[in-house]
Order: sequence, then C-alpha cells, then structure tokens
Amino acid sequence: MGVSSLFLTLLVLGFIFGTLGEKMHFQSLKQREEKYKNIILSSTKTHEFVENSHHATLVTGHVVVALDYFKRFASIIVNITGGRVFSFESLIDRGRREAVIRMKEQAYRNGFNSIINVRIETSNIGSSAHKKGGMSSIEVMAYGTALNRS
Amino acid sequence: MILTNLESVPGKRITGHQGLVSGSTIRAKHIGRDFAASIKNIFGGELRGYTELLNESRKEAVQRMITQAESLGANAIINIRFSTSSITQGAAELYVYGTAVVVD
Repeated sequence: MGVSSLFLTLLVLGFIFGTLGEKMHFQSLKQREEKYKNIILSSTKTHEFVENSHHATLVTGHVVVALDYFKRFASIIVNITGGRVFSFESLIDRGRREAVIRMKEQAYRNGFNSIINVRIETSNIGSSAHKKGGMSSIEVMAYGTALNRS
Repeated sequence: MILTNLESVPGKRITGHQGLVSGSTIRAKHIGRDFAASIKNIFGGELRGYTELLNESRKEAVQRMITQAESLGANAIINIRFSTSSITQGAAELYVYGTAVVVD
C-alpha cells in the first residue's frame, strides 16, 4: 500500500513539475534563440569568410538533462507497445537546443558573430535510474570554431 | 595557444606539424551530487551538478592537451575532436584530441 501510494505521488509530482519545467525551458530557449539569431552557424569546414578572418577560437556548450518520473514511466510503457517515444524526443530537443545556445552565448561574450564546423554530440551518462532500464539523463555537447565575418 | 576544430587556422599559415596531441580525464560524481541528481530525476530538467562536473573535467582534459602541445613547441591545435564515454556506472571519460601545429 505504502509503496504504491509513493509511486503514485512521484508520478503526479513528476508530471506536474516536469511539464511545468519543460514549458518554462522551451520559453527561455525561444527567447534566447531570438536574442542570438545574429550569430550564424554552419556545419561546413570552409566558408567564404574564413579566408579574410584573422582570429578564431574554439567555443563549446554543454548540458546534462534528465527525464522526470512520469515521462520515464511513459517511456517504459511505449517500450512495450512500440511507437514514437515522445518523452525522449522532447528531452533530446531541449538538450540540443540548450547546448547550441550556450555555445552561441560563449561566442557572443567573446565578440564573435559566426561559428563554423559545428559538431553536436550526444552521450548517455548512466545514473542511478539506469537500473530501471535505459537512458534517463543525457549529455549534449556542441562545439565549433568561432570567427568574425566581415 | 590557438584552438580550432577546423583543418587550418584562419588567417595564418601552418609551418610545421608536431603530431597528435590528446588529453583525457576520468571523473566520478560525488555522493552529494548523486543524491541531488536522483531528486532531479523525479522532476526532470537540467542536472546542474553534472553539467558543472563535466564542464570542469573537459576543461582539465583540454588543459592537458595544451600542456602536451606546448611541450612539443606548437602554438596552435587544429582539428580538435571531443568524445565522452561512460566506462563504468557512475564514471565518465572525457577525451579530447587534435593535431599540434606551428603557425606564423
């Protein structure tokens, strides 16, 4: 009895705070993406402004994000029925966008206006929730070379 | 020391290659952070403790790579790549490597 009520409490808490947190995070992402939209990103190694640029440096952005209890439970269910794992889709989207924004912030602080050769890497860092089956927290890192386009 | 993940240094000419340089560090999270993270696992969202930990570790790995490049007499590292792998549960290896070069 005690165990099942604890489980339900965690599920409800996870749902409420998880959804709220996600909403706020997406809002702040949207705002900051708007703020740094002048910084151009490219995943190519060469760009027409590379030749006339005389200063370049490596910029990085990282973030570790975790699923909430409700979404983790939902993903276990989806694992049985199959189909789109919506809880991971939004988690990875949040992680990637946040990492890219942090990289852009670093470039902006150092006075650059473009980043080329952008690479984004995602890795699963095991946590205590790992036992329950599958990834629950992911690390995303974005890196690239910041330049000034003229 | 100029760091870049391009194959050349913009605006500079490469005059010498000093070979591959790398830096790595393996970190485990301490129990306090682990506890805070397990709470965060209920509510979801960013695990700031881990973000900081990995950030610090990555800086250290980069620093080790720079030290190695300096000892080879290089003044820039090009084509830098990062990789993360979890070795055992609760520990992660952060590895960074690149090519040390001399530019004028």
